Amino acid sequence: MRFLSTVFVALRALRRNKMRSVLTALGIIIGVGAVIGMVSIGNGVESQVEANIAALGQNIILVFAGSANQGGARSGYGGAGTLTIDDAQAMKSEVRDVIAVSPEVRGASQVLANGLNWFTRIMGESEDYLSIRQWPLAEGAMYTEQDVRGDAKVCVIGQTIVTNLFPDGDPIGKSLRIRNLPFKVVGVLSSKGFSTSGQDQDDFVLIPYTSAMKRFSRQNFLPIINVQADSADRIDQIEQDLTNLLRDRHHITEGRDDDFRVQDQQEIAEAATATTRTFTLFLGSIAGISLLVGGIGIMNIMLVSVTERTREIGIRMAVGAHGSDIRTQFLIEAVVLSLLGGALGVTFGVALALGISHFLHWPVTVSAVAIVVALAFSGAVGVGFGYYPASKAAQLDPIDALRYE
Amino acid sequence: MSSVVKLDNIHKVYDSGEVKVHAVRGVSLEIKQGDFVALMGASGSGKSTLMNILGCLDRPTEGHYFLDGADVSHLDRNELADIRNRKLGFVFQGFNLLARTTALENVELPMMYGRRKATRAQMRERAQHCLEIVGLAQRADHFPSQLSGGQQQRAAIARGLVNEPQVLLADEPTGNLDSRTSIEVMGVFQKLNEQGITILMVTHELDVARYCKRNLILRDGQLVSDVVVADRSIAEVELRRLKEAESAAKLIH
Repeated sequence: MRFLSTVFVALRALRRNKMRSVLTALGIIIGVGAVIGMVSIGNGVESQVEANIAALGQNIILVFAGSANQGGARSGYGGAGTLTIDDAQAMKSEVRDVIAVSPEVRGASQVLANGLNWFTRIMGESEDYLSIRQWPLAEGAMYTEQDVRGDAKVCVIGQTIVTNLFPDGDPIGKSLRIRNLPFKVVGVLSSKGFSTSGQDQDDFVLIPYTSAMKRFSRQNFLPIINVQADSADRIDQIEQDLTNLLRDRHHITEGRDDDFRVQDQQEIAEAATATTRTFTLFLGSIAGISLLVGGIGIMNIMLVSVTERTREIGIRMAVGAHGSDIRTQFLIEAVVLSLLGGALGVTFGVALALGISHFLHWPVTVSAVAIVVALAFSGAVGVGFGYYPASKAAQLDPIDALRYE
Repeated sequence: MSSVVKLDNIHKVYDSGEVKVHAVRGVSLEIKQGDFVALMGASGSGKSTLMNILGCLDRPTEGHYFLDGADVSHLDRNELADIRNRKLGFVFQGFNLLARTTALENVELPMMYGRRKATRAQMRERAQHCLEIVGLAQRADHFPSQLSGGQQQRAAIARGLVNEPQVLLADEPTGNLDSRTSIEVMGVFQKLNEQGITILMVTHELDVARYCKRNLILRDGQLVSDVVVADRSIAEVELRRLKEAESAAKLIH
């Protein structure tokens, strides 16, 4: 009863000074609105960067063969014939959460079609390669597992090959010749353009790795194996498992070095997300400052209100109100102001975010977490900045308060 | 009859740094149930200080104050607040009603901070009843700004009564009122006193003090006079006399 009536009294005081209450809450409205708006923009940018990184291929682990040493001259990674197709198959079947494996054989060759020729890279990969790299096809289909098993003479080509060997378009079903062997074009990749290091990513021919090994490299070992993990947070464990598996398969005894190398792309992804996260944090903290200013506005008005109502406080105390009753009354006023401001601010912030995404076409992600945090924070601002004025009111001496003019 | 208020050698010293002000110097006093006492004194006589102590708004530096048999001289802030709520009713010179709050809600105020559990309806009923006692039932929904001074003071008296206090304390209750309204308000006090309510009021007006049963005079922090009022003024009689005088004045003109 006592608490409820105090709540009631506090609400009535706010209603009496409508204009003042609205203006006070405005500080919080703008603060919370800014937090929601800014964080939404930041999150939008973050998720777009993440999407861009995902386009590079998601959760990829690369396993390189070790380096070869021929008469003192050491090759780079991949030179030693330490990885086999059996290793690749074991990776897929024995390591948990590995969802795709693509052995990779690289080469380069003159390619002919339509009386034209072009020097390009030849990539031998499994049928899973495109899903690992998250690379959509523009036309046709990827070659199948059967093609790989039967080292079929089929290929998927990049856009640069289309431009240079099939200028009339429609290469599907036609064939091109690699070192005088005809390969049937089954699919065309969508364009990726140049990489950051200046390489034309569309300039290559993709063929089953089995065909590449049998017909071109003539070797039965693999320089690189692409491995795709189920999720980003499993990558470290999978790398460990892959290492253990390969050491076991290669009979490497304790204390001796690996004859292979396991590497992931996590670092790039982490650096990029860390950058955008900093960006979000930066925007959020600027907005947070305006929320803080809103809080100071509340404190200011509450102090004025306490001074203005000194006599009321005196009367309440004279008829038996405890200091804590007075404190509760003013604290509730402050919290109601800030929560009300918070709720309106969320509406304002979401509208701001949606408006920005609609008119400026920025990527925007309104997160529920940001809304909850902003609301909780505005409540905390109310308690934090309301406490001092409320305590000041509670500590008034009833005699002085009654005499206050 | 038992003593509702018993002061035993009360001292109050204000220590404001260098100077010590001895505002009340050893006041002993007993007020019986049903008494109607006027406390008088010039300004600076210590009567406000004594009133604050009697009203449990302040604590004596020395001595004991028994209210309704219990020593309240050394209670803490919250305990004093509870005592004020349960055992005392206050009437102030400036009425001290909450603005923009109806008369009825003003009267309900002490019940809000009371320990007794009451429903909203019970509180409303009780407040309405107190307004009836002071003759303000018709104005229950009015705001203080819509009431005359006398009506505001009646609402304040009703507020003082609402928790059925042991003592009704009035600090210059007629100080802001004209003579006619003063008589009306004193009439309300006399009526309440007849119903058995103990009243202690501070006043500096002698004619107001004559409506009480007993007059105390405080000088330099000490009680110098304690007399029973011989020829009490009765509000009804005085009011009738005033009316006659007014109509006579009209006849002359």
